[in-house]
Amino acid sequence: MGKVIGERVLRKEDTRFLTGKGRYTDDLNRPNQAYAYVLRSPMAHAKIASIDTEDAKQADGVLAVLTGKDHADAGFGGLPCGWLIHNKDGSPMHEPPHPSLVADRVRHVGDNVAVVIAETKAQAKAAAQMIMVDYEELPVVPDITAAIADGAPKVWDDTPVGNRCYDWHIGEKDPTDAAFAKAKHVVSIDLVNQRLIPNAMEPRAAIGEYDPSTDDHTLWTTSQNPHLIRLLIGAFTMQIPEHKLRIIAPDVGGGFGSKIYHYAEEVLVLWASKVVGRPVKWTAERSESFITDAHGRDHISHAELAIDDKGKFLGLRVSTKANMGAYLSTFASAVPTYLYGTLLSGVYVIPAIYAEVEAVFTNTTAVDAYRGAGRPEATYLLERLVTKAARELGIDEVELRRRNVIQPDQFPYQTPVALEYDVGEFEKCLDVALEQVDYANFEKRREEAKSRGMLRGIGMSLYVEACGLAPSALAGAIGARAGLYESGTIRVNPTGNVTVFTGTHSHGQGHETTFAQLVADQLGIPVESVEVKHGDTSNTAFGMGSYGSRSLPVGGSALWKAGEKIIAKGRKIAAHILEASVDDVEFVDGEFRVKGTDKKMLFAEVAFSAYVPHNYPLEELEPGLEESAFYDPKNFTFPGGCHVVEVEIDPETGVTKVVDVAVADDVGKVINPMIVDGQIHGGLAQGIGQALLEHAKYDEQGQLLTGSYMTYTMPRAADFPFFKVGNHVTHCTHNPLGSKGCGEVGAIGVPPAVINAVINALEPEGVTDIEMPATPERVWRALNEAKKA
Amino acid sequence: MDNFEFHKPTSIDDAIKAVDGKDEPKFLAGGQSLIPVMKLDMAQPSDLVSLAGVATLKEIKEDGDTLVIGAMATHATVAESDAVTKAIPSIASMAGHIGDAQVRNRGTIGGSVAHADPAADYPAALVALNATVKTHKREIAAEDFFTELFETALEEGELITAIHFKKPKRSWYEKFQSPASKYAIAGVCVAEYDDGVRVAITGAGNKVFRHAGMEKALSGNFDPSALDGVDVDAGELRTDVEASAEYRAHLVKVMAKRAVKNAR
Repeated sequence: MGKVIGERVLRKEDTRFLTGKGRYTDDLNRPNQAYAYVLRSPMAHAKIASIDTEDAKQADGVLAVLTGKDHADAGFGGLPCGWLIHNKDGSPMHEPPHPSLVADRVRHVGDNVAVVIAETKAQAKAAAQMIMVDYEELPVVPDITAAIADGAPKVWDDTPVGNRCYDWHIGEKDPTDAAFAKAKHVVSIDLVNQRLIPNAMEPRAAIGEYDPSTDDHTLWTTSQNPHLIRLLIGAFTMQIPEHKLRIIAPDVGGGFGSKIYHYAEEVLVLWASKVVGRPVKWTAERSESFITDAHGRDHISHAELAIDDKGKFLGLRVSTKANMGAYLSTFASAVPTYLYGTLLSGVYVIPAIYAEVEAVFTNTTAVDAYRGAGRPEATYLLERLVTKAARELGIDEVELRRRNVIQPDQFPYQTPVALEYDVGEFEKCLDVALEQVDYANFEKRREEAKSRGMLRGIGMSLYVEACGLAPSALAGAIGARAGLYESGTIRVNPTGNVTVFTGTHSHGQGHETTFAQLVADQLGIPVESVEVKHGDTSNTAFGMGSYGSRSLPVGGSALWKAGEKIIAKGRKIAAHILEASVDDVEFVDGEFRVKGTDKKMLFAEVAFSAYVPHNYPLEELEPGLEESAFYDPKNFTFPGGCHVVEVEIDPETGVTKVVDVAVADDVGKVINPMIVDGQIHGGLAQGIGQALLEHAKYDEQGQLLTGSYMTYTMPRAADFPFFKVGNHVTHCTHNPLGSKGCGEVGAIGVPPAVINAVINALEPEGVTDIEMPATPERVWRALNEAKKA
Repeated sequence: MDNFEFHKPTSIDDAIKAVDGKDEPKFLAGGQSLIPVMKLDMAQPSDLVSLAGVATLKEIKEDGDTLVIGAMATHATVAESDAVTKAIPSIASMAGHIGDAQVRNRGTIGGSVAHADPAADYPAALVALNATVKTHKREIAAEDFFTELFETALEEGELITAIHFKKPKRSWYEKFQSPASKYAIAGVCVAEYDDGVRVAITGAGNKVFRHAGMEKALSGNFDPSALDGVDVDAGELRTDVEASAEYRAHLVKVMAKRAVKNAR
């Protein structure tokens, strides 16, 4: 009983997941349910000259066919962008309309043209293929390079400059230029952070249901944040009052960011359910997921690092182009700006930093936050640059990092790019990771590999990230159109067990266990006595959902505050019954005790008294024992650490095998080490996937070349060695838990470590650069070119 | 996926009768290619004739200098077969590395051969190991069987019953797999016979093909070094999102050398 924080408690939710009893949106069926199929654009850019739905409307089983014109006539708003970015000159970014069905023009393959509602999914799909759309092709902008070219075709006719969404900057230019002017060395790098597709195991799905007898709307949806979806549908897309709109995000099978956003299909099923008078379900096919789930990353950057004669960093200049896709997804604009530019100091003392980011529209699927979101891009840039600097200056890369890393006594540390890090011991993380990988003996391993004809390399990265989103006032000041607090409610039932409601959402992270441990520990009751509920706007006060590794530091802190209120009230109840003063009642190990006496009440006895208030201070205190709290963080949290990777490359084929991964992460206070390990493993898998395997490629016509698992390489278990997950923890200084967040660290820290290792392996052959993903063919080509040179 | 009529005959004769006169019939073996293709609406057969109930199609046996593998033998069965391992170990090894465990448990040699995917593994074995495709009415030499991309010499309604491989002195298959699909980007099967060496390449071109230069070099000296001076012409190979023709040409040579080195 009690004291379960820090225990490897098995996940409560796994009984239902592992026995196939999870209930995902597509598992749910409503009485008399109809099905929706969305007709999507096969072209990347075209004018819709005409659209004829007559045949489709007559097809078997069809209940309704709705087009962009119907959408406009219904008076619905477009899908909004939740973060306003300002240009350098102070003007707002360009925000194009984003209707749930387009009427006049398609702007990417997969754009939503019409929706068919029918008795069965097969009938809806067959009818959709009978809709005649006359497309007039327009010139395509398939990527960043095409978007910024002189005379480029326009994705949006009214963008003031080219295809620019915004032109943003952070830091100070003049001091940075001055730092470069006095630098002994300037090291520069050009990088591509390639586009990725999130690939949650569960494709998106939604069921809309309208009850005309009560005017209630219900939406089941695969969402990471049901309250946010309710807010956006209520305030923007459909103007349904929130008290008449219930959003349920039941079991959700992975998101990685892609299920944060408000998607058109959520509007379409709710709208259609009203039109046909029946519940309407839509479930994505996997090929739809590839072209409609928001993608991730997609940056091109140039960066320069100024260094003095002692190997100390003086300044950093960064210029990045970021691809938004054809439309602005819910948080798209924030990713290459406030989640990226603010992290460019990394773990280092860099006195002057100036970064410019130009975001552009292209005829591609929208890009938004994907595991790490901006922070992996910043880390990749900086850690590639630092390793390159070490190589060019002839300084050992560990030594160069030690010379520049922020030291523990420098915290709180104000970076030149807006953030104030509260705490961290990054050099310790470096020590732990190097020890785990046996860095000292690496050259022996390289020699041994060479005897087998293999090229072995080692690479590392130090990283810090900002998560626990976010102080609402600060977020608002930099353009967020929402608050970023979290809510939690603890309902103590009369016999002393507890139901917990959180506004965060678990889609694989194990909140039902972690939060149960947290509350059980605080209230001194068994974990089994705590049930965690989430994902339904009808039972949870409010919530901003789960993303940006915020659930524990923000949502957990809200629950902790609610628990403190429970204990405070419990002390008053116990004081009354035990005839003591409140000040003399303490709560220890699940018992309310009168100090200095043997008088005490168990937690359950106090709970019972609250609901059966026969002997109770009713004059001063309400009966019942249920408390809610909202927690708005004082600062971001700053997980950080060190990732070290060893690879072996077969020079004959170019195949890179990851042979060792040793990490030392500082995620703050850990509630359940098993769950944290799992989160880190998952992040590492996706990060290594980015470094070596995954790449969303478009052709010149804007067709996705990697639109299935035949060509988009998902990492598999066999692609990895066993991960050596270590840690060196410092506690967050400004939230009550001391926790920082762990969901994204793997994906943030490891990609540059992998690429640095690949380059390290190839360096003896004369290779000094390689792009992600370092596919076998790219490695083979790099080796060939080095041979020629 | 459209609706179709489903048939499950228990003899070869009944299977042949089941497709007779049908609009667009298809034999269904393991379904590892046909079912995905149907799900994408790229094939819309009127009738599916399952061969799962035809027991005689599953037989594996040695017959003098020939190894006979029934068309409905799954990849897993072939991989684990003592007869195959003893007669031509390269086939057992190849079968054990097709796709993934699920594919190997359902996919069959006959289905793979009839589908004629240019990146499938078995076609390389058939061509290198001088196999004969037995159908319910005739015998077709492997080299004549694979005609074009996804095209074979099979006539409408013609059913593969078995593959007859000619036992070599030694042989082996090495492939470079697509990291995404696990299909061969370049797969090379080498087989040494008394009258010379045969080399068949899959995954790299639009269909399986033999390489005269390698065969000549290896017939003179069955050693990886014999391939050093042999050119693989990238001009005849495929470039796609997975690999360029130049890279495929390079891989063909690397895989060929490894196959020679490992031949048994």
